[in-house]
Amino acid sequence: MLDKLLEKFGIGVALLVLVTFMAIKSPVFLSSANLFNILLQVSINTIVAVGMTFVILTGGIDLSVGSLVALVAVIMGTFLHKGIGILVPIGIALVVGAFSGLINGFLIAKGRVPAFITTLGMMSAARGIALIVTRGQTIHMFPTQFRFFGTGYLGPIPVPAILALLTVLIAHVVLTQTKYGRYIYAVGGNREAVRLSGINVAKIEMSVYAISGITCALGAIILVGRLNSAQPIAGYGYELNAIAAAIIGGTSLSGGEGNVFGTMLGALLMGVLQNGLTLLNVSSYVQQVVVGAVIVGAVFFDQIRRGHVFTLKRSVTRSSEPK
Amino acid sequence: MQSKYILEMRGISKSFPGVKALKKVDFALRAGEVHCLIGENGAGKSTLIKIISGAHSPDSGEIYFKGQLVNELNAQKARQLGVSVIYQEMNLIPQLSVAENIFLGNEPTRTRLGFVHKKQLIEKTQAILQEIGVSIHPHKLVRDLSTAEQQMLEIAKALALDKEILIMDEPTASLTAQNTEDLFRIIKRLTKRGVSIIYISHRLQELSIIADRVTVLRDGAHISTFAWGKVTTSELITMMVGREVKPVAMARNRQIGQECVLEVEGLRKEPQVKEVSFRAYQGEIVCFAGLVGSGRTETMRLIFGADPRDSGQIFLYGKELRLRSPADAVRDGIGMLTEDRKGQGLVLGLPVRENMTLASLANFLKWGRINRAHEGQVVGEQVKTLNIVTPSIEHLARNLSGGNQQKVVLAKWLLTESKVLIFDEPTRGVDVGAKEEIYEIMRFLAQQGVTILMVSSDLPEVLRMGDRIIVMSEGKITGELSRDEATQEKLMALMLGGVANAG
Repeated sequence: MLDKLLEKFGIGVALLVLVTFMAIKSPVFLSSANLFNILLQVSINTIVAVGMTFVILTGGIDLSVGSLVALVAVIMGTFLHKGIGILVPIGIALVVGAFSGLINGFLIAKGRVPAFITTLGMMSAARGIALIVTRGQTIHMFPTQFRFFGTGYLGPIPVPAILALLTVLIAHVVLTQTKYGRYIYAVGGNREAVRLSGINVAKIEMSVYAISGITCALGAIILVGRLNSAQPIAGYGYELNAIAAAIIGGTSLSGGEGNVFGTMLGALLMGVLQNGLTLLNVSSYVQQVVVGAVIVGAVFFDQIRRGHVFTLKRSVTRSSEPK
Repeated sequence: MQSKYILEMRGISKSFPGVKALKKVDFALRAGEVHCLIGENGAGKSTLIKIISGAHSPDSGEIYFKGQLVNELNAQKARQLGVSVIYQEMNLIPQLSVAENIFLGNEPTRTRLGFVHKKQLIEKTQAILQEIGVSIHPHKLVRDLSTAEQQMLEIAKALALDKEILIMDEPTASLTAQNTEDLFRIIKRLTKRGVSIIYISHRLQELSIIADRVTVLRDGAHISTFAWGKVTTSELITMMVGREVKPVAMARNRQIGQECVLEVEGLRKEPQVKEVSFRAYQGEIVCFAGLVGSGRTETMRLIFGADPRDSGQIFLYGKELRLRSPADAVRDGIGMLTEDRKGQGLVLGLPVRENMTLASLANFLKWGRINRAHEGQVVGEQVKTLNIVTPSIEHLARNLSGGNQQKVVLAKWLLTESKVLIFDEPTRGVDVGAKEEIYEIMRFLAQQGVTILMVSSDLPEVLRMGDRIIVMSEGKITGELSRDEATQEKLMALMLGGVANAG
């Protein structure tokens, strides 16, 4: 019974415990200003992690997300300075993101280059292109309308948080209610069986990397708006945060298992943790160590829960699934 | 206390969520006997051997090894007690050599530092292989071995560890007749040495060759244990299924249409398929007989677009198909039930419902969203008509028994309403009862006008099911017999590549 509850709400429980702990430790933590600040902080990661979840569900991985955010940011930044309004640059941003993702997807699905290698290469290449395009310089000062996506508020709620929530909701509907979503899970479960059921597996694999690219573009739009600058070195470490959010949220690295609400909670958990540690005056160096430990710990506990490790001492009465 | 049994189990019960897998089962194994365990899929055979090998712990009951009560039997303890299981899926490491695999984790070492004593390793390997009468070179890599050789290697591995109880789960499922004979010879040798063998098989002919005693399980309960020969085959089948199974005589009056549905012309993919041309008509069941490696499965995969072909044309209703992938084939109305249902037929981690509608999901869309109610209703109907035993349609495919898994795959293709259905060894590893049900469904489909191509290595099955039998050998069609002219002998002659005296 406890098993089932933890399986369903484990991440929610962990988040609740963490929030309670922080609330007790720091008087500022529960203030609305701080809570909205957390939402703002986690929105970019949530969006990028949703794309990452699509990829991981098919059994893949995308290490290039941080670099793609930077690449999209500087290209979009360049076009925003051309005085052609904001819609065209935003459109270009989404296309650049999708196209870069498609290159990843093509190499992985058609070229059968392992996802790890393909996206590792893209991680380096996209970063390089971002640096070439800007000659290493930062692009500053953007139109106010554009900055709305990064700094605006609807009522008390920051626009980025709303965009993140929308992304999660749309992704959820796609994953749970459409043919495409069903295929994504199935491909992660057994690629060959899906192919032999008459489904174009390569198309699905390619598309999830394109989606990851698009979520990177969305992240870049928010980031550039918020910072009022587009930097070729933006997005460092985003891949770690996005993978961590998905994994902590219960997405299985071997594919076929997980959902975007889990990913959202995973991103929130990371955000609350970092915010709380900062409030408690824990140095950012130490924070990195804590975050690393939390990521590994989450997966480790998940393995115990599934009975993959430490099973020898299991009592006789506890049921296990037949293989 | 000494016991005449090497292994004795009393009142073993085991439940899984939603299933009572074993109900107070007794089982006893004598030293040096071949004890066959039979029963339908889902009867509890697998659960029982998993308990013996320590993979599952029983909810209640006692287990004795050589008269000693064993508490909390786990995998490690079972290994120490000398139990070894040879699974259908091999547990070998393809990149390592024969010798390295046999002694994996048990390598003879030269010094305390753990340097492997290579010479001893090879010598010991040779000794073991000689003992079971197998000539495989110890240096050969496992990935270069045939399935049969790998199986022999598994046995050699068990021997290297001085195992006393060997569990074989359908060891002959993928062996040719010759390899099967070799295997039986090895089993005889082992039992002479005092090794006890628990043997699981669906092939009753095999039992008559090797069984000393037989235990029948049904629905998780122990039905009977007896010495082989005390019971007739039909009594045995009745025990297994709990009712009398009468092989339904093939309805000979079924009309085969005049219309040629599928025409295959000069199909080629080196080296497995050299030249295959044939036609199949509406409502016809065409069986493909041949030895393992004769190119039947490969031919079917080409027709299904699963592999690229070197040359050849495929026509459906006279129209040439451009098949580049299974997606093309499915769109054109061709479906295929693959031989390896776990690896290629099912997504084991998804529920029955999602597996069943995987190939026909487009039919369940409403405004781009899956209509879950409609889906559940259709899947529920299939579960009922095909008599699939599952606690619910949300049960994971992984947790179904082999026969029921096969029916789920079958249902998946029924829902696509294909015009041509390819069945590759549809009854392999499927119990007697489910087998008849699958035959029944195939006949029903043919009656509805579906053209069926069936690959089978089971000759009696081929003779019973085929309206026409095409025999393949070494990538070519060596003969074609109508049902009336086909006999086991003629088929055999053609399978071996000779020319049958059909006349």
